[in-house]
Amino acid sequence: MQVTRFPSRAEGLADRMTGFVAHLRMNGLPLGPQETADALAVLAEVDATDADQARRALKVLLVPDAEGWLTFDALFDAYWFNAGRTRQRTASLTASPHVRSQSARSTLWQAHLEADGGTDTDGSESTPGHGAGDAEGIEGRLIATRTDNLRKRDLRELMDEESLRAAERAARDLAQAIRDRRSRRRQQARRGAELDLRRVLRASLARGGEPLDLYRKTRPDRPMRIVALCDVSGSMTVYARVFLAFIKGLVAADTSADAYLFHTRLMRITPALRDSDTLRAAARLSLMAEGFGGGTDIGGSLAAFAEGPGARALTRRTVVIVLSDGYCTGKPERLADALTRIRRRAGRIVWLNPLLGWQGYAPVAAAMAAALPHLDAHLPANTIEALAALEPQFARL
Amino acid sequence: MTTAPQAELMRALAGAGYVADDTLSMALHLAISLGRPLLLEGPAGVGKTEIAKALAEVRRARLIRLQCYEGLDAAHAIYEWNYQRQLLAIRADGASEESLFSDRFLLRRPLLEAITQDDPPVLLIDEIDRADEEFEAYLLEILSDFQITIPEIGTIPARTRPLVVLTANGTRDLSDALRRRCLYTYVDYPDRDTELAILARRGPQIEARLARQIVGVVQALRREELEKKPGIAEMLDWAAALAGLGINDLTEDRAALQATLVCLLKTAADRDAAPPEVLDRIIGKVA
Repeated sequence: MQVTRFPSRAEGLADRMTGFVAHLRMNGLPLGPQETADALAVLAEVDATDADQARRALKVLLVPDAEGWLTFDALFDAYWFNAGRTRQRTASLTASPHVRSQSARSTLWQAHLEADGGTDTDGSESTPGHGAGDAEGIEGRLIATRTDNLRKRDLRELMDEESLRAAERAARDLAQAIRDRRSRRRQQARRGAELDLRRVLRASLARGGEPLDLYRKTRPDRPMRIVALCDVSGSMTVYARVFLAFIKGLVAADTSADAYLFHTRLMRITPALRDSDTLRAAARLSLMAEGFGGGTDIGGSLAAFAEGPGARALTRRTVVIVLSDGYCTGKPERLADALTRIRRRAGRIVWLNPLLGWQGYAPVAAAMAAALPHLDAHLPANTIEALAALEPQFARL
Repeated sequence: MTTAPQAELMRALAGAGYVADDTLSMALHLAISLGRPLLLEGPAGVGKTEIAKALAEVRRARLIRLQCYEGLDAAHAIYEWNYQRQLLAIRADGASEESLFSDRFLLRRPLLEAITQDDPPVLLIDEIDRADEEFEAYLLEILSDFQITIPEIGTIPARTRPLVVLTANGTRDLSDALRRRCLYTYVDYPDRDTELAILARRGPQIEARLARQIVGVVQALRREELEKKPGIAEMLDWAAALAGLGINDLTEDRAALQATLVCLLKTAADRDAAPPEVLDRIIGKVA
């Protein structure tokens, strides 16, 4: 049995515990000074010289959610079982996805965030194992025609701060429209099934105790929830920045909204988008976007969503928004199957396709063709105007 | 291994038919000794609700359950005046105002009920993530102060502190504030040995060999891509069904096996996902 070792600099258990809580906080667990005090109190309840007991007790106390539950053991070992502060800190850095990524950010994330949208897409992103040869070919042709026609308005051209803000604003409006609709509905619902006896009695006071005015109540209309899934594969790189801004707007306007990125895998980005520490948020996103700009496996990613978070979080009052061009290296049947499963649980599936606004575009790519029958709406998202114009579309859903 | 209090609790829970692992018994021990609420998260069917029931049994406490759902409000969770009776009382004997707002006309809902007990009960707040965020915020207040204010009467402080167990299975994110107030444990599907122990505890009449086969099949099915993975309750149902049919060996009677699968696979898609060939493969492995 290994016993907790104290570095020479630490004053004692309290000091060491403060360090541990700080170490956890640095790795994204929301802990404050109160937790340090609690942690010391907890150790008094158990046999603190038994590392396993101490670990379990601290885990139960300090971990707030399922994500932390998985990482805690590694963080615990990194802090308590590595000799000395310096080494242990490096160890913890590698163990922690959030901090390690700071260096990765510049290469991975910014390269794509700040990519100039106007350049040729095909040349720059031939990732090994991409495998969507013909799809890419079609795309290249479309981009060429399109750039001629509507040069100023396509999202690929709109990479400046102003348009990012516009995208975020459009998203906020959209999220708010959904909420406003809910509150309007509540007012209109005057004829409920149940009597609101509290109000009836109150009103009866004015009639000498006779309950003449009958008020009814109904269940308030429950809010629609938004789940956004954004494709960040190679063919979508030029749109990624605006779409991320759009998603950030959605998540910011509605606390129940949830967002994911996918290329060949699926990643949840809601916590990163909500992270108050912007630097850490960028770092977290960048790590998640590893493989950003590579191939796409829409079917596989959506299947992963349907099985994992989707299986638990989807309800009839959820709108699933997929932002993708539908160019996919996976099997189209897999995509159709995943959409069927999501469809069964979710209220609506809306596919926002940046290619759809283009003249002459037809959803001929195998994946898109397979997906179409399962969608409630397939809407264009190639311009800010198109994004802003989604609001009435959503109102109809 | 664990020393006195947790181990004792673990044994007591086992006596009540609940097999808890080290982490969970530590969590329960701390929840009791620190008087903090315990938040349990995990997939459906791993026995989160059962924990509260077993805990109530071990502590010989009353179990008060609040099932959360979308649109749950104070009138259903905390208290409500019995308006019909109030109206009748006014009609019948012209009840005075004080008597109208007395205990007689107060409908205690689970939360008020829980804090007005003489012996500390176990308060189970089930599926908290189904309730709305506003309710979560209200709950936070009760969980920290353990008192409830009723405008007509005044503030009712807790007579005893209930032991609070909250469960969630990830329908939505819970607020950080609530999470911070609670101890947390993620309850996952049990491993093979734990599940065997559970089955031995709940279905002692089942032979060891059949028990191993049952647990083996259920564990293998959880690794398949299913919409609804079979939980512990499903496993126990299935075991009871097999025992009821007098099946002693899964490899013997395939037809009966197929027929009893309704206990484990609860959607049409899942039945399709586990065709006879897949089952044969699984049973071949565990037999």
